[in-house]
Amino acid sequence: MTLFEVMDILNARLLVGRKLLNTEVKTAFSADLLSDVLAYARPGSVLLTGLTNPQVVRTASVLDIAAIILVRGKIPPAETLRLAEELGVPMMATHYILFESSGRLYSRGMVGCIQKVGNDEIMAL
Amino acid sequence: MNLASVVEKLNLRVACGQGGLERPVRGGYAGDLLSDVLANSSEGDLWITRQNHQNIVAVSSLKDHAGILLVQGKEPEADTLEKAVKEGIPILVTELTTFEIAGRLHRLLHGPS
Amino acid sequence: MSLICEASFPVRGGDFKDAGKVAVQIKATLKKLGIDPEILRRAAIAAYESEVNIISYARLGKIHLQVDPEKILMDVEDEGPGIEDIEMAMRPGYSTASDLIRELGFGAGMGLVNIKHCADEFEITSMVDQGTKLRILIHVPDG
Repeated sequence: MTLFEVMDILNARLLVGRKLLNTEVKTAFSADLLSDVLAYARPGSVLLTGLTNPQVVRTASVLDIAAIILVRGKIPPAETLRLAEELGVPMMATHYILFESSGRLYSRGMVGCIQKVGNDEIMAL
Repeated sequence: MNLASVVEKLNLRVACGQGGLERPVRGGYAGDLLSDVLANSSEGDLWITRQNHQNIVAVSSLKDHAGILLVQGKEPEADTLEKAVKEGIPILVTELTTFEIAGRLHRLLHGPS
Repeated sequence: MSLICEASFPVRGGDFKDAGKVAVQIKATLKKLGIDPEILRRAAIAAYESEVNIISYARLGKIHLQVDPEKILMDVEDEGPGIEDIEMAMRPGYSTASDLIRELGFGAGMGLVNIKHCADEFEITSMVDQGTKLRILIHVPDG
């Protein structure tokens, strides 16, 4: 699905990245802890998170995340938006909670960028 | 739908709280920031998180969650287990990531949309 | 082996606002050198976690990057409290993070673990009340 469709499914407001709405995305990672994002999130995935600080943007940039989806109706500070613009990371915000947002995308065919983590083995798709 | 049903359908491992599996699951809440979970989760939620330290038990107890579901194969720490047993909070474990398990639980609770 | 690139990136302790800035710079530097995307990703993650550790715990530090045709080497050094028990610190989930660090989404006790996971060779030394040194080496495949 495209980022535009993601926006539609989540009733999300686009904050940054108008020109990139046609980007195709197939995988997602949901987390509130950046260490997990750094450890497991894959390039080209969308990142669903409740964190709104600039570090999320830098993390997403460093990992080539396709877009950041801020959940729980959070609005990021100006600094975060500025950084997202600067680094070219699309960002949108939805009122749905992380559970609901993940559920809705999952029901429309999005899959986790990694499925399982166990015994220090990471099985990537 | 109760916890026992969820455990069976989602292939979850029960770390503790076998006796509490008849508790109803009214919804799901995914999150790793304790202050957020305290503020925004609801009674009867199955709380999906990767946090496995003992503070999760107090939060879950306070919010009257159905239980805690640890993701990414995280086992609860020893004192977490101890506290959970004392409080009667079921702790479940899955190897799946938050997105995947939230997706499956959501589908279970709401049906395919 | 002739160096293709050598650069030093200072990091200020407590500078949470800028956390990740150096990692972004290192990634850009490596990208310009045409480094394979997967290698690039590992180097960037290791740099990011190293940077956050310096910011979270030390007074100041630096990440020294050296690239040659065979490898990427990052020497991370800081001046700070050091790590008392390195073995504990390397255990997944073990964290000495403050509330501020946790609020930012770090402090899950995975930093050093993540770095080790990304590196082909990893060395860590530390002196209490002096600081910590990391040596992170990632092999670059032929071509």
